[in-house]
Amino acid sequence: MPIETAIEIRALKKIYQNGFIALDDINLEIKRGEIFALLGPNGAGKTTLINTVCGIVQPTGGHVTVSGFDNVTQYRQARAAIGLVPQELTTDAFESVWNTVTFSRGLFGKPRSPSYITDTLKRLTLWDKRDEEIRNLSGGMKRRVMIAKALSHEPEILFLDEPSAGVDVELRKSMWAQVRALRDTGVTIILTTHYIEEAQEMADRVGIINKGKLILTEDKQTLMQKMGKRQIIFVLRDHINSIPQTLAGLPLTLEDEGSKIIFTCDATLDNDISETLDRLKESGIRPKDIYSRESSLEEIFVGLVGAV
Amino acid sequence: MNFRGIEAIYNFEMGRTFRTLGQSIASPVLSTVLYFIVFGSAIGSRMEAIDDVPYGAFIVPGLIMLTVLSQSVSNASFGIYFPRFTGTIYEILSAPLSVVEVVIGYVGAAATKSVIIGVIVLITAAFFVPLRVAHPFWMLLFLIMTSVTFSLLGFIIGIWADGFEKLQLIPLLVITPLTFLGGSFYSINLLPPFWQTISLANPVVYLVSGFRWSFYERGDVSLTTSVVMICVFTLICSAIIGWIFKTGYRLKK
Repeated sequence: MPIETAIEIRALKKIYQNGFIALDDINLEIKRGEIFALLGPNGAGKTTLINTVCGIVQPTGGHVTVSGFDNVTQYRQARAAIGLVPQELTTDAFESVWNTVTFSRGLFGKPRSPSYITDTLKRLTLWDKRDEEIRNLSGGMKRRVMIAKALSHEPEILFLDEPSAGVDVELRKSMWAQVRALRDTGVTIILTTHYIEEAQEMADRVGIINKGKLILTEDKQTLMQKMGKRQIIFVLRDHINSIPQTLAGLPLTLEDEGSKIIFTCDATLDNDISETLDRLKESGIRPKDIYSRESSLEEIFVGLVGAV
Repeated sequence: MNFRGIEAIYNFEMGRTFRTLGQSIASPVLSTVLYFIVFGSAIGSRMEAIDDVPYGAFIVPGLIMLTVLSQSVSNASFGIYFPRFTGTIYEILSAPLSVVEVVIGYVGAAATKSVIIGVIVLITAAFFVPLRVAHPFWMLLFLIMTSVTFSLLGFIIGIWADGFEKLQLIPLLVITPLTFLGGSFYSINLLPPFWQTISLANPVVYLVSGFRWSFYERGDVSLTTSVVMICVFTLICSAIIGWIFKTGYRLKK
């Protein structure tokens, strides 16, 4: 029976030789089959965390288990479960796409499987480029080659470190679709990103890291409900100078020089707007338009990171 | 043991060799042929025989060693330095490979290439000078051991170097002088006693001596001493590589 936890990180610490604390007592659990987005500003420790789990960076302290295997004492089983797409486009420029993907599969001790590699290249729309030297490919194609290399040994867990960096919008959306398709096949996906939109679009759970500390981990929907705000905006026919006394007690504010009344509520609360509408009418205020807006993950992220 | 991982690294490195065949094989062969033309045929014909071996034939083992040493060091150092330089080393470090497996892959490929080049140089030499190999087994053993040992040294240099300049530094400033002064072109018995003693501190003396013995049954030091010295050198290089991977020196942050 498969272990439900894909990755377990306990008290992970990384202090570089110059004294810089890149990871400060990180505790994290990634569930099997989920898409986990790790958000954080530059230098927050996202890549160090990934590289430590993958065995590229030596931790100063703490433990990591991957699919139940310790990544130091049982590194073979632990690493075999992981596919890594690094942030940088580091490829063998003079190798063909086919050869470099075959090489990656071999490194992980998997027997040759032309049919699997063919299928992977086709899924990533790289089949037509299979004999092309990597140096001749576009940035987006190179990024796909990196993903193909990471998938070459059929990993259970895929790390995507800034997968959309330098990728145009169209390709980014196609990549998102491919990542979702991978998740549907049971692959656990951990991605770091600067694009909050990416996390909002794809992630099941979100972790926010800043200055080496994991500030929070939360289910994305729960996070947005807990920390997000929903606002109903009443666009007025006539400007007003202040909220009338008759509306006291309601969570209302004025915006745009008195042309809009904003009704703010927690996203978790089941607010009844009918009372507000009735009292607006009683106060002689007649909105000409009504619309709503919700906090984005980005606003929540900025609020959290800015507060630390 | 991750045999497929070793095979992947080995094939990848050998693939690079065959992709750059001119640079990998033709170039060292050409420069060795030039040595034979100048030192073997042109100047060698006017030189006295050493230990009853014509000078042209005498220098063959030394020339093969010269090529094999420099090729082993440069192949292995470039093999591991290039992925460090491009960043693709992440794949090796994150793969389920042990230190021994990584070293076998890279050093094995570098040593194979050196042995191939050594054999090609040997065949080439046969066209220029009369050649006999008294002990083919020992000749092959010395060729393989030297290739492996100096490929290990090259691997260390490839990890130590933090730029292409440093990659060339040791081969140019250390390996080449040691090879030239290690009895490649002469017997150290021809030197004054003081310089003979100094020469014994040069590890290449033992390699050339043992290798030359396998050809002509004549060497500057005994066969046993040569074998022991190569083994000692191999152990030192292996220990350093073990330390590099244990500490992550220049590989892991």
